Parts: sequence; C-alpha cells; structure tokens
Amino acid sequence: MTIDHSWKLAARLDELRLRARMIKAVRRFFQERDFLEVETPILIPAPAPEAHIDAVAAGGWFLQTSPELCMKRLLAAGYERIYQICKCFREKERGERHLPEFTILEWYRTNADYLTLMRDCEELIASIASEFGVSGFASRQGKLVIVDRPWERITVGDAFVRYAGMTVSEALAKDCFEEVLTAAVEPRLGVDAPVFLCDYPRELSALARLKEGEPGIAERFELYIDGMEIANAFSELTDAGEQRRRFEEASRERGQKGSCVYPLPELFLESLPQMPPSAGIALGVDRLAMLFAGRGHIDDVVAFTPESL
Amino acid sequence: MFAASDLRKGLRIKIENDPYIVTEFNFVKPGKGQALYRCKLKNMVNGNQFERTFRSVDMFETADLQENKMQYLYHEGDKYCFMDNESYEQVFLTEDQVGEAKNFLLDNIEVEILLFENKPLGISVPNFIDVIVTSAEPWARGDSVSGNTKPVTVQTGYQLQVPPFIEEGEKIRIDTRTGEYITRVKG
Repeated sequence: MTIDHSWKLAARLDELRLRARMIKAVRRFFQERDFLEVETPILIPAPAPEAHIDAVAAGGWFLQTSPELCMKRLLAAGYERIYQICKCFREKERGERHLPEFTILEWYRTNADYLTLMRDCEELIASIASEFGVSGFASRQGKLVIVDRPWERITVGDAFVRYAGMTVSEALAKDCFEEVLTAAVEPRLGVDAPVFLCDYPRELSALARLKEGEPGIAERFELYIDGMEIANAFSELTDAGEQRRRFEEASRERGQKGSCVYPLPELFLESLPQMPPSAGIALGVDRLAMLFAGRGHIDDVVAFTPESL
Repeated sequence: MFAASDLRKGLRIKIENDPYIVTEFNFVKPGKGQALYRCKLKNMVNGNQFERTFRSVDMFETADLQENKMQYLYHEGDKYCFMDNESYEQVFLTEDQVGEAKNFLLDNIEVEILLFENKPLGISVPNFIDVIVTSAEPWARGDSVSGNTKPVTVQTGYQLQVPPFIEEGEKIRIDTRTGEYITRVKG
C-alpha cells in the first residue's frame, strides 16, 4: 500500500522554521559569550551508569545518552566554556514529551556552580524570546512570562510539602518519589513563569556535587516551564573516588533489576582529578521548541519520528 | 504477557480476571527518574473507569476475550446492531461500547465483536478503511505549496485533517487505529 508521507512533512514547515531559528539564536547566544562549540562522539564504549537511563547498543559500543562524560574530559583538559548541540539516544523512551532519539543542548563552565547556570538559563531563554519578539508564550493557564527575572527557585523539599503535602523522605521511604513528583508537583511548576526546582536528594543525583553542610542534598536543579522539565543542571562532582562509588552503586542497581551493566568509563574517572570546580547543564531542545511553537506534542516539532521511518 | 512498556491506547489486558481496555495512555519519565506508564483503564464488563500508574517492572496478561466475525447492520439511538456471520444471531452494543469505532462503521462492514463469557463487550474494526469524502472546502491552488492541512467530513460523519488537495467526492484511506488520513484511493 502506498502511503502519502510527504503531506505530513510539508505540514511541519512552520514548526521546523521556528526550530531552526531557535537553534540559530542559541548558537549566537553562546558565541557572544565566548563559549566554544564542540562535537564529541555519539558512539561511545561506556555511557555513565545511571539506574534509570538505558543506552542503545550499537556495534558492541553504545549510542550516547548524553555527551556529559566527553564534555567533562574537555573541562579537565583546560577548556573553560564549552557547548554542544547533539543527538542523544535513550532506549524505550517514547511519549508526548519523549523521543528515543532527541536533541540536547549541553553547556559547561569551569569555576562556576549551579547558581551561575540558573542565570545562564534566564538569559538564554530571554534572548531566544527577544529573537522572536515575544515576552513569553501561551501556556495551559493562559500566558507565561519569561522576561521577568530572576525566576523563582524552590527546593525539592519545599515543593513536595507545598504541592503534595508530604516530605521527600516520606516519598522515598514509600518508594513513590517519581509518582508524586510527576502527578502532584511537576504540573504546578512553572505555570505563570519558569521555575527552578533545586537541591535534590543525593541518591537522585549520580554526578552532582553535594551541598556544603547538607550531605543528603545535591547541588542539582531542573528548570520547569509550563509543567514541563526543560533542563537539568549540576555543580559537578569532581571527587573521583566518590564518583566511582556512585557509578558502582548505579551499576549494582542496574544489575539487580536485570538492566544492561555498562563498563565503567575509566578514562573519564582518570581525568576527573584534573577537572576544576565546574557546572554543567543539559537542555531539551525539542521541548524548548514545543514551548515556543505552542505545541503540546514533541512529534510536532521534529520532521521525523521513529514510527514515520 | 505484556510489559508496561507495551501498553498503549486500545490494548486489552486482564486485571483480577476482568477484561480492561486502556482508554488513555501516557509515558512519563522525570529525566533521571524511573519510567512511569500512566493509564486510564475501563473495565469492559461494568464500564468502571480508573486511572493507574504502572512501572516498567509491571506485567500484564491478555484479556480472555473471544472474537467473532460479524457484520454491522444499523444503529438506532444508543444501540448498534451486528449479525454473527456463522450463527446469524444478532447482538447489540451500546454507543459507549462501540467507542471510537463508530467513526468507521460503514454499512455492512465486517468487524470483530469481542465477547467475554458470551456477552458482547466491544468491537475491533479493520485497521484500514476506504471512505468517501462528503464535505470539503475547495482547494485554492497556488494558495501555498506548503504547510497546511484542512478538515473534511467523510461518509460516516467522521471529521479529520487531510492534505489540501483532497476534494469532495474523493475516496481516502484511514488508519482506524490512529484515526489519521493515509492516502488517496484512486477509482
């Protein structure tokens, strides 16, 4: 049976134009701030072991789930400000906001922490908005304003109490952290303006530095806009011994639930002692395009989905 | 057996011996957290609906449903009448049981009627049907080569988006699983 595919592709023209313009604005933003655009391999021997992120196997190696480890090796080698826009792959992630192959923007700064990255986010997204000549966009609640800064910051602990009426420890003890987060907390985040959800429990932040004086809390934030997770950032963990222990812990957890256990990224671990205090962030380019295009489904902002191939 | 990652809208599963149909499905996953599969389920026997969130470790059995080939005859008010191709017995489904399949019920179309302990519960229509477009805005040629789709109504009363070149009176093929336009059918 012949199927007309071209008309669907043709119908995406407006969204694809917007997306291209957005990516151009992103590149200009980082060039103006003296960030070096880099490319790192998509095919890698050892993805960072994380309990709930599955890599796609390819030719005995793996497709990257994020460019994080190579980006950090560049930091360790002395690069101070780098960014990359690339494809990442995560097995079986498919939904209204997920594609198994998606586009990530990552940027890293040495001698910075996650607070600097919050300012970067505010400036980057405001600068994209000014490229489009808008101060915000239509949201579920009507209008969402992004140009008024700084954006609200709320800790994971406060957000759970405020929106779910339970503490994070209760949620973790009852083994329902993700269920409560996605059903009760996320939909309330970034409704009128973007919000940073910050200071995650240590066990949910495999590569993040712990907060001074609060050993149970990691310096990690997620940016939420209109109830959607847009970016994830850390003050990077630079203690190689601690990083190895966390990788081993994640690998053990993967093994216990029958997931593929990856070789440890030894060269990354070897380079970690040379990495200065740094901060890094991954932002979902497709999701940002969804927001600026006013579309509720990730399929609406890409030309092809796996199902259309 | 199904895993939670196999769940999708329209799938029928067994929970505590009752057949359920997934009426809404959404994959949810906080970046670093575990994947969740949020479903609305409808008990196919008593119609009770509820929402439930599953994790990837959850497994399901297929619902024990019998499927008989039947022909669609007519509908009257809330009742849809079908005739069994072998026994010539007539069965009735409510509009609610027919669900979205009502958009694709062409006269005399052959469908599968789902039976649970000999009671009709639901319907499966063929994956593809060819229908005539009964109403469409004319296409202003040269208007734009790009971009747009337009809504049309087909002979079953169903409305959908199609490429702008589709005209009234033409035949098109629809994927009944997604409700989407597939292609123009010549002749």
